[in-house]
Amino acid sequence: MIKKNWMYWLFFLALFLAPFYLTEFRLSLLGKFLCFAMIAIGISLIWGYTGILSLGHGVYFGLGAYCMAMYLKLEASGGRLPDFMEWSGVNQLPWFWKLFEHPIISISFAIIVPVLLAMFLSYFTFRNRIKGVYFSLLSQAIVVVFVTLFIGKQEWTGGTNGLTNFSTVFGFSLSSPLTQIVLYLLTVVLLLSMFLFSRGLTRNRFGRVLVAIRDSENRVRFLGFNPTTYKVFVYSLSAAFAGIAGAMFVLQVGLISPAMMGIIPSIEMVLWVAVGGRSSLIGAIIGAIVTNGAKSFFSENYPDIWLLFLGGLFIAVVLFLPNGLTGVYQSVRQRKKQGEVRANEASSHVLQRVSRF
Amino acid sequence: MKRLKGNGLKWLSLLLCGSLLVLSGCAASSAVDEAKEKKKESSTSETSDTVKVGILHSLSGTMAISEVSLRDAELMAIEEINESGGLLGKKIEPVIEDGASDWPTFAEKAKKLLQKDKVVTIFGGWTSASRKAMLPVVEQNNGLLWYPVQYEGMESSPNIFYTGATTNQQIVPAVSWLLQNKGKKFFLLGSDYVFPRTANKIIKAQLKAEGGQLVGEEYTPLGHTDYSTIISKIKDVKPDVVFNTLNGDSNVAFFKQLKDAGITAKDLTVMSVSIAEEEIRGIGGDVLAGHLAVWNYFQSTDTPENKVFVEKYKKKYGKDRVTDDPIEAAYFAVHLWAEAVKKAGSFDVDKVKKAADGIEYKAPSGTVKIDGETQHTWKIVRIGEIQPDGQFKELWNSGKAVKPDPYLKSYPWAKDLMN
Amino acid sequence: MSVFVTQLFNGLSLGSIMLFIAIGLAITFGLMGVINMAHGELIMVGAYATYVVQQFFAQYAPQSMDYYYIIAIPVSFFVSALLGLGLEKSLIRHLYHRPLDSLLATWGVSLILQQMARTIFGAPNVAVLPPEWLDGGVHVAGMVFPYKRLFILAFVAVSIFALYMYLNKTAAGRRIRAVTLNRDMAACLGISTQKVDAYAFAIGSGFAGLAGCALTLLGPIGPTIGTYYIVDAFMVVILGGVGKLIGTVLGAFGIGLIGTLTEYSTSATMAKVITFALIIVFLQWKPSGLVSMKTRSLD
Repeated sequence: MIKKNWMYWLFFLALFLAPFYLTEFRLSLLGKFLCFAMIAIGISLIWGYTGILSLGHGVYFGLGAYCMAMYLKLEASGGRLPDFMEWSGVNQLPWFWKLFEHPIISISFAIIVPVLLAMFLSYFTFRNRIKGVYFSLLSQAIVVVFVTLFIGKQEWTGGTNGLTNFSTVFGFSLSSPLTQIVLYLLTVVLLLSMFLFSRGLTRNRFGRVLVAIRDSENRVRFLGFNPTTYKVFVYSLSAAFAGIAGAMFVLQVGLISPAMMGIIPSIEMVLWVAVGGRSSLIGAIIGAIVTNGAKSFFSENYPDIWLLFLGGLFIAVVLFLPNGLTGVYQSVRQRKKQGEVRANEASSHVLQRVSRF
Repeated sequence: MKRLKGNGLKWLSLLLCGSLLVLSGCAASSAVDEAKEKKKESSTSETSDTVKVGILHSLSGTMAISEVSLRDAELMAIEEINESGGLLGKKIEPVIEDGASDWPTFAEKAKKLLQKDKVVTIFGGWTSASRKAMLPVVEQNNGLLWYPVQYEGMESSPNIFYTGATTNQQIVPAVSWLLQNKGKKFFLLGSDYVFPRTANKIIKAQLKAEGGQLVGEEYTPLGHTDYSTIISKIKDVKPDVVFNTLNGDSNVAFFKQLKDAGITAKDLTVMSVSIAEEEIRGIGGDVLAGHLAVWNYFQSTDTPENKVFVEKYKKKYGKDRVTDDPIEAAYFAVHLWAEAVKKAGSFDVDKVKKAADGIEYKAPSGTVKIDGETQHTWKIVRIGEIQPDGQFKELWNSGKAVKPDPYLKSYPWAKDLMN
Repeated sequence: MSVFVTQLFNGLSLGSIMLFIAIGLAITFGLMGVINMAHGELIMVGAYATYVVQQFFAQYAPQSMDYYYIIAIPVSFFVSALLGLGLEKSLIRHLYHRPLDSLLATWGVSLILQQMARTIFGAPNVAVLPPEWLDGGVHVAGMVFPYKRLFILAFVAVSIFALYMYLNKTAAGRRIRAVTLNRDMAACLGISTQKVDAYAFAIGSGFAGLAGCALTLLGPIGPTIGTYYIVDAFMVVILGGVGKLIGTVLGAFGIGLIGTLTEYSTSATMAKVITFALIIVFLQWKPSGLVSMKTRSLD
């Protein structure tokens, strides 16, 4: 186990040291991908471990991002009304915007708001035993509701433009490379702690109940567990991860708009996890980084036809690598192990024979 | 022996992990070193014989419908400049990126163009959202962006040149013209996003000041395709004019269904601000015939420059292609930039910006001029009637180029618009 | 009164469109359990097929231009059906026991189809001019009922009836239902489930093509039109309940009526929000939709 661990540590060490070997532009890309990796951990928990496929995590990501962005927008406006409110005909800062003048409140809201929404929705949905495909499609309906609302309430949310053009965070310039490096490192730390927390969670009894729910929810119920509680908890946890990811995303990318919480990004989030390997936390992280890296790579090099590559990638992963990239690694390892076992058996046979002599 | 084998595997997996990281981190396109080398090179790139410019439009996603043609127009202008000997002795090399109709992607790609490719300017964007996403990036990196589409005004970034119309070069004169020629009762219909809402706010203020009457205001979600209810509402209030700020796709549904409901241009004038020749092609001239649109350029605009331009464009991209206002604005943006570079004698952003003030270019739509103060363009306003063949018949034009006024400072009724 | 009648008609008309885009899904998702995210793109293929037929007529038979639409209907059905058949044979077949994976793979398919449409037909929208005999409408007491809307209503009614007859009155249709109800048992009784799956998926795709053909009368035709309809289509099917056609019909007209009535009293944006919120709430109350299949299985 310890031997296996040091590989993870090296992976995170590589992430920590990235500012030393990546250019500013690539670092900011990697920072963005790591935010996506946070969402991926959450999705791996609910999908890979618990068997709930959510196609609506864009909403939680978006809510977290908006909470952070509202604070940044107010800071950038320096006491005046945010620009989009002026041209939308709002004369006074709405009361709920006022809350976001305080950084602590904004940051805590970036977690609390998504979690509350997730708890509310999942409690009713899971209690009513909506699951599988139905839950997935229902979560899409929630996305439609939120995106339409956020676009429609332009005077409060900035409409399709979203919130952008921030200048400082806690007084530090967002455009300075040093701030960006600090934010990047903070992202890595957050990602690492989410990873360790989730890993701890999945390694004890709680994790085994989750897997049991995935494999047969009714049996779990008959055994005296209440699956709803477990599902609501893990779903809300993934919403919290997505909310934090949203906040870090806004800090590094400097932009949030309803388009980022829509149906297409929500499905893409699931795809990252599928590519990396759904029931592996480290796989989810790698999947998020690799998929987005591939997207950037293809779209930079083949701007006209990159969708063909991306579409092909998803089909190939689903058809040939049902357990994603980590699945490949595991099966290679297993084959090796089996080989070793066979070799051991063979050698012991030989030894036995030899010893007879 | 066993242990060695095990370790070998670990190393292998480690290698895999590491290479994955590198692959994704630098997106594999260029190794890290290469990128760093480029950084060093930037000062020496002046001596090489090409200069890079960025082209950043949506080539995929919903906005590709409109934006692909802009890329084509910009590439054509670049080719023209290269054919005539380049710029300051250098050939222009376009770096094309896909914004994918996704605003953070626009920000990411703009950053990539400025930081990695070191382009001297970017031509790009269509939606306001994409411009707003690129704005902080070009400002922070002191880049240059040429934005070629009409928009809602209320903005003038020191790092953006706006070659499309602002509100006082499109919407405001159109409303005045309608009030004089078509009637007082206005119905405002738009897609639910920033441009229609801001435009309608301006129109409402103007109607109040110039004696018009607002009888209805409706917004539909982007991509909305069923207009039967809206059409019922329009029938109920019987307006003289529908001022239409719907975006591309919804227009198709709206006009098809308007015609089905038995309403033709004779019964009700629809004035559109986002329907150009390219969009008409996707709706069908028959459906739109008789309705109006306001732009700065039509394919039918009668200038010698336009004849050459249309001919060239069709020769290059196919005879069934059409030109329209944003295409023309994208095309002359490249030429305006080239003129400014020539005047400045340098590709340096600050020098080009300084030199740009008052630069003129004989564009297909007539002579356009950069207004140094707002970095917008002086343009002629034109109102046209759509013909069954998909072309416009010009009904009115402003005669001379109109000075851009993005904040509507010269209109007394617009005072309350900005607090 | 006339406002109410007009709105009722608008609601029915919207419902008929909803039904059209959902029939195909009712088969592929409702009966077969495949989450086909490329359904919207099959609609798009049908629409483009109509466009191609129109162009063909304009080129080679301009004198019979009026009738191109009659030809376009079967063409769009078969083009989409063939594409669906190809998809099933090459991809979907491997994913029947993994519905959520079918979602991901077909999402990839939809990306590819969109890009192919963009490459072949160009990024801008293309124009399909509805045939002249569908112009105009019936005038009753100051109200206008456009022929196109009436045509679509009739078109969808005929399609649903044909599908119903096929599923209930023909041997092939009964085989599809048998496989839906109990795949293993059907297989034991000598039904080639592979064949049935392929045909059912092809038919579902064909109906998507018909929907595309019908939509050319009303809306835009471009590479991304599929994305406009896909979520609505899934909502209709899960609201109606899986496995029964009548549920899909009820779901479609329910959404259509609620949509237009709320839109008339509020705005299009709020109508969309309210409609989707109502669907979410309704499903909390009745998770299996309006009409559900009775089954004894637990999972």
